[in-house]
Amino acid sequence: MMSPAHYLFLSLALFLIGCIGVVTRRNVIVVLMSIELILNAVNINLVLFSRIFGDVAGQVFALFIIADAAAEAAVGLGIIIAFFRNRETVLADEMDLLKW
Amino acid sequence: MLDSLLFYFFAGVAVLSAALMVTRRNVIHCAVFLITTLLATAGIFLQLRAEFLFVTQIILYVGGIMVLFIFVIMLVRLDAPIHQLRFRLQKFVAFLVALVLGLEVAGILLLARKLPGGGLFIKESASPDKLPPNSEELARSLFSTYLLPFEIASVLLLVAMVGAVVMAKNRKRSDLS
Amino acid sequence: MNAVLQFLQTWWLELVCGVVIVAVVPLIAGYVVLVERKLMADMQARLGPMRVGPHGLLQPIADAVKLLIKEDIIPRDADAFIFWFAPVISMVAALTSMGALYFGPDFRVARDINVGILFVIGVSSLGFLGIILGGWASNSHYSIIGAIRSTAQLVSYETAGGLAIISALLLSGTLKISAIVDAQSANHVWFIFLAPIGFFTYLVASIAETNRAPFDLPEAESELVAGYMTEYSGFRWALYFLGEYANMIVVASVATTLFLGGWLRPFPNVHWLNWLDFLPALLIAAVGVYCVYRAGKQPAKVQVGFMWAVALCCFAVALIYLLPWIFSPLRFAVPGLNGAFWFLLKVAGYIYIFMWLRFTLPRYRFDQLMHLGWYILIPLAIVNVFSVGVAMLLESEFGVNRWLALILTTIFTLAVSIYLVYLHDRRTVATSSASAVATDSYAG
Repeated sequence: MMSPAHYLFLSLALFLIGCIGVVTRRNVIVVLMSIELILNAVNINLVLFSRIFGDVAGQVFALFIIADAAAEAAVGLGIIIAFFRNRETVLADEMDLLKW
Repeated sequence: MLDSLLFYFFAGVAVLSAALMVTRRNVIHCAVFLITTLLATAGIFLQLRAEFLFVTQIILYVGGIMVLFIFVIMLVRLDAPIHQLRFRLQKFVAFLVALVLGLEVAGILLLARKLPGGGLFIKESASPDKLPPNSEELARSLFSTYLLPFEIASVLLLVAMVGAVVMAKNRKRSDLS
Repeated sequence: MNAVLQFLQTWWLELVCGVVIVAVVPLIAGYVVLVERKLMADMQARLGPMRVGPHGLLQPIADAVKLLIKEDIIPRDADAFIFWFAPVISMVAALTSMGALYFGPDFRVARDINVGILFVIGVSSLGFLGIILGGWASNSHYSIIGAIRSTAQLVSYETAGGLAIISALLLSGTLKISAIVDAQSANHVWFIFLAPIGFFTYLVASIAETNRAPFDLPEAESELVAGYMTEYSGFRWALYFLGEYANMIVVASVATTLFLGGWLRPFPNVHWLNWLDFLPALLIAAVGVYCVYRAGKQPAKVQVGFMWAVALCCFAVALIYLLPWIFSPLRFAVPGLNGAFWFLLKVAGYIYIFMWLRFTLPRYRFDQLMHLGWYILIPLAIVNVFSVGVAMLLESEFGVNRWLALILTTIFTLAVSIYLVYLHDRRTVATSSASAVATDSYAG
């Protein structure tokens, strides 16, 4: 493996791109996909340090994060479908029911 | 040599696909680029000798979560992109914040070189031949030390499954009364 | 430059194997199509393709040439990038998963991956992406409906198949392909005898996963024109088709490795049956003798010559198999040759069962298909995992004989399956009598 700094830079890049995606995009589904990107960046970090220290706990945690991401994606997409059925839109600008 | 080649290949694909993903206008293209990013991340896992996570990433993330995303994208597709006056300043703010954050963390990483032992730029680590077989060790710790989180994760998945089905179900007329 | 040479030195064999797979497997898939057409003809009392080449043997080449020279049509409103990309994904997924397969004791494509079986299953299941993206990119109603039906079917039956595989993995205790086959060798029987319900569940699930009849509603011609392949023509369609047949070979290889003993002969490690090691050579020689016998009965001279050529090829191969027994320095090749023969024979048998079922059974309607997958096959697979686990627990903790424990738990699983089918029959009777409520096939 390369030195850890390389992997940390990669994970940082993915994390920042995910953050930009969450903040910038209008389509809520793309926002959810950017969240998945952020979770992946964290996974890379965890697996990297598990490899450095030889402790498998990092990989176990990454596995739980993957399972959790699946659950969250399912619920989030269910919410989007339910909202779409009522309001016919998936753009974040138009989800303004609570706006005063 | 092969190691660094693989790393640069997978890292390049991951960052490039991620950048393409957050900038495409067509949502299906975004999903396709997310798939390539996830596959590249799986390659990084393999390069870090986490074989079980490599196949789990492919089976669960690409073969499971992306199915969900693609189905939902097809269900809620809006054909005409709506061009309205949009608050455009947030793109610049986002880039600025990302740049600042990136420079901060990069600065920390590079400053760490002054720490004893070279900080994070260590050259040697455990040789891959001396690593115990990955799946067995993961399974051993998952079923002994981390058994409770494992069971909780299964309950969580069950709850999420039930919740998602209930929310996305087609409500018949009789159900609404 | 030096680094490149060193890289090639360590990895040249794997690279050559990879190139061979990408070059040869589409050709093999084409000939599997020919075998299917001949078999279909035989079961329908006719002859099948006979024109192109002797007995139609050049038919796949003629088909490939025809598909290559066809006009490349892209529908007007189709998404060109994904339209181009989707068949490639399908083909790449099927071919990549072949990279981890073992065809014989030392006869493999790439290095022995620690998580071999999971890799094969996971990567081959990525083919669904090609299907759904292709269906979406075609911008046509038939395509999208076919694609969504196909993907729903694939995902459901992949769950059932994965659970069915667990029973064989419990018995072998590892995910490494060579270790799984070695476990079958150590047990002296194939795992199909120890976990028959797992094999049966995987058989049904693999038929549904490769979109074969009786589960081929998404791509049947009388249903949705051609499902997700409607707008594809020429070589793109050929890529989809070849990807489907390559997927069939992969799925057959997985079943062979896990349940049918991989490259082992029947009753491996049983010493008094060691004469079975001569069976490959004998079988091939027998085929040669049959060809000689039929050569005398052919009407035309060309056909006589052709049959003699086939017979001579068979005898040559049988001689290659007998050579290591005659010359001792070549003895090291025996496990490899024999292993490859048994493996290919089992894969061919499994694919023959696929084709046999295709020409015999009528198609399942889509809601029946989904009901079968979710209500019958997945509960059965879960109960099967549970019962194999209980059997192994009985053997290790309580010292019960392995065969007795497995037979008891198999009977229990069979009872559960009969109960599930009984529930299904009651449901169909109930819905046919309560036909006032309009049923929505996609709800629930």
